[in-house]
Amino acid sequence: MMTLKINGQSRDVDVPGDMPLLWVLRDVLGLTGTKFGCGIAQCGACTVHLDGAPVRSCVLPAGSIGERQITTIEGIGATTIGAKVQKSWLDLEVVQCGYCQSGQIMSAAALLASKASPEDADIDAAMSGNICRCGTYVRIRKAIKEAAQAK
Amino acid sequence: MSQRSSRSEGSATVGRRRFLQASMTVGGALMLGFRLPLAGAFAEKPKDIFAPNAFIRIDRAGAVTLIMPQVEMGQGIYTAVAMILAEELDVQWEGVRLEAAPPNEKLYANPTFGIQATGNSNSVRAFWMPLRKAAAHARAMLIAAAAQQWKVDPITCHAENGVLTHIPSGRALTYGSLIDRASSITSMKEPALKSPADFRLIGKPLRRLDTPDKVNGKAIYGIDVMPPGVAFATLAACPVFGGKVAHINDAPARQIPGVRQVLALDDFVAVVGDHMWAAKQGLAALEITWDEGPNARTNSAEVWKQIRAASEKTGAVAKLAGDAAKALSQGERFDAAYELPFLAHATMEPMNCTAHVQADACEVWVGIQVLPRAQAIAAKVTGLPLEKVVVHNHLIGGGFGRRLEVDMVEKAVRVAKQVDGPVKVVWTREEDIQHDIYRPVYRDLLSASLVDGRIAGWTHRITGSSIMARWLPPAFQKGVDIDAIDSAADMPYEIPNLRVEYTRAEPPAVPTGFWRGVGPNNNVFAIESFIDELAKKVNKDPIVFRREMLGNSPRLRAAIELAANKAGWGNALSPRQGRGIAAQVSFGSFIATVIEVEVDDQGDVNIRKVISAVDTGIVVNPDTVVAQLQGGLIFGLTAALYGEITIEKGRVEQSNFHNYRMLRMDQVPNIEVHLIQSGEAPGGIGETGTTAAPPALGNAIFAATGVRLRRLPVDRAALAVRKSA
Repeated sequence: MMTLKINGQSRDVDVPGDMPLLWVLRDVLGLTGTKFGCGIAQCGACTVHLDGAPVRSCVLPAGSIGERQITTIEGIGATTIGAKVQKSWLDLEVVQCGYCQSGQIMSAAALLASKASPEDADIDAAMSGNICRCGTYVRIRKAIKEAAQAK
Repeated sequence: MSQRSSRSEGSATVGRRRFLQASMTVGGALMLGFRLPLAGAFAEKPKDIFAPNAFIRIDRAGAVTLIMPQVEMGQGIYTAVAMILAEELDVQWEGVRLEAAPPNEKLYANPTFGIQATGNSNSVRAFWMPLRKAAAHARAMLIAAAAQQWKVDPITCHAENGVLTHIPSGRALTYGSLIDRASSITSMKEPALKSPADFRLIGKPLRRLDTPDKVNGKAIYGIDVMPPGVAFATLAACPVFGGKVAHINDAPARQIPGVRQVLALDDFVAVVGDHMWAAKQGLAALEITWDEGPNARTNSAEVWKQIRAASEKTGAVAKLAGDAAKALSQGERFDAAYELPFLAHATMEPMNCTAHVQADACEVWVGIQVLPRAQAIAAKVTGLPLEKVVVHNHLIGGGFGRRLEVDMVEKAVRVAKQVDGPVKVVWTREEDIQHDIYRPVYRDLLSASLVDGRIAGWTHRITGSSIMARWLPPAFQKGVDIDAIDSAADMPYEIPNLRVEYTRAEPPAVPTGFWRGVGPNNNVFAIESFIDELAKKVNKDPIVFRREMLGNSPRLRAAIELAANKAGWGNALSPRQGRGIAAQVSFGSFIATVIEVEVDDQGDVNIRKVISAVDTGIVVNPDTVVAQLQGGLIFGLTAALYGEITIEKGRVEQSNFHNYRMLRMDQVPNIEVHLIQSGEAPGGIGETGTTAAPPALGNAIFAATGVRLRRLPVDRAALAVRKSA
């Protein structure tokens, strides 16, 4: 049994320590907003925050997390930056199939938390780990800039 | 919006007689025409609801529910269909509720396929008129009901935002208050449709209805369903196509905590566990001996050897004009062969399906482009009658043609037959890429003769798999696959002597299916590359050369001119930079695309600009159209730069995104899309960008380097600057 701090709540889970956080979230806790895409940290669909930093939950053993705060797509809207990102995503109609967008939004929110006014190069560096098969990149770039400027 | 997943109401199988005729239309659309039942479609009419047809429900409170005959996989079709219906129905846009249609071929077949399927970029094209008529009919019934109640002439009544007003008196009634009277109206003349000048919704960039829940984790895709008590499974098919399980030792797998069951099911093994992690670990621990079967030695070299040999044979004639053979013997003749590789779909949501099989019932949860086929395969596997199979269709995390197949449903139901309770079967990414149903390899032979700087004769032989022969047999007739020749038999250039042939050649072992862009992907790449080569032969600017042969296609000419203008065509570029154009009429849309690249000394291609100009007729939601083109172009660029599935020892060599690469944020420039205003009927748009990008890219690379690429993906080595020894 271990206790994970997820979106501000403590959750007790009885899972093996080597079980990736992704499957704990999805299959044990029913937090299905975090998506499975590749299982090898290549696509970013499973991105969550650990103490605010973006991590790929598909390769993050649950037993390694300890006291650190986990934030998922279900909780990111409670942060000022997360809410701005979600709003700009809708304002610019970024989303198509939407499957990768949980991860995109988590990566974008982490970027804006660390850099309030990112340049194109910052966006490239922060977002290139997130694949979007529908090809929404052009709008993601614009939406990050719009979220950065939102009051 | 509220959205409910659909439940099946039983389904009628579609008979061949439903296909009236297969024919090609201007713009290359596959058309298998038949009519949708617009009225009186229900055996039993629901009470307390006005249900004038299969698409519209209005309750007593005036709440409007629109039934979505096409599935939402990111293309924005829920919003577009709702806009079309709400427009002619004259209801308030805010608050319309959407409901996915159940599997029912009679009510919800796509009018161009004759089956209930979403694909070929034809949702708006196919449903545009039927839905407008259905909604106008419903509105007319409501108007008639109000006129009856007021005892006035219907012509004096006006419908707007779900309210009917008697203009002379100012009296008003809501739609909800009229549902009983409207339901009793039995005969109606076919009402007039709105004039486009009166559209309030169509043509406006309205917010999509499916996206709010996609930014907060609430949207439920097939992979997210959690029926109570669900178990989790993953599977592995024999890595060699067509192979079987010979023997398994499951002792090590059973040691893994959380593993519940290990199943050996003829051609695949599955491990069922408490969660995906247990299932995955269990699968990894399984010792499997495969019977690899007859394909164990198949490889890409053999695939290419076979298709090249097949392409030497004369094919079935798809189009004839003038005397191509004679024309080719005169003037200066050029020949070229173009080749395209196998491609995987790599939808971001890996293949999955959840199923619960009981003695007398089966329930399936899945995101699928062909709902009735999911129901039918579950019925077949379980031996249950169709009406005992309930299929819940969910949002789709990428379709691109992959979910026009139901192999993932078939496998999940086979697993579920062995499991007590519901089981969610999720494929690993490796399984998803190595057991896809692949875009076929194609080889195109093109020949042309040039007289006075114009094309006098043209032959085009397309060789490749016939997907239609398997997927929709009526669309494969007399040796011609109607999809495989799309955009080739009806190519836009005026050439007096032309012959287009199709040679069916099924690759050894590898299953083939539709992939975003379908037939036109192959044909537009070959034709637009060859046209570019011919322009060079006669020393003409590629745009001038094209324009001269488009006298009868003002819509495509206008697109070319706009794209060229926006791209600064003709402006000087630095060495190793180049611009390329491609133009096409596909899916009923007219598109010209200019791509500008820079190729570095190592042969890496940097895409500097992408500009498309598109005439797609009346645009329902312009913002969605732009988004589809932007995304479609990136999809095509990804394939052109990286996409190739190769076969060795009967196995797919690629396995995940590290070796089946995707374009990423840092490689994608701004993509400009310019829409040309038009009053013509809507064209298709979901695949248009995908077919446009590869030839425009190839032509730009040629302009930058002088190297002509006749195969995809781009061969970097061929583009590198050779160091002199």
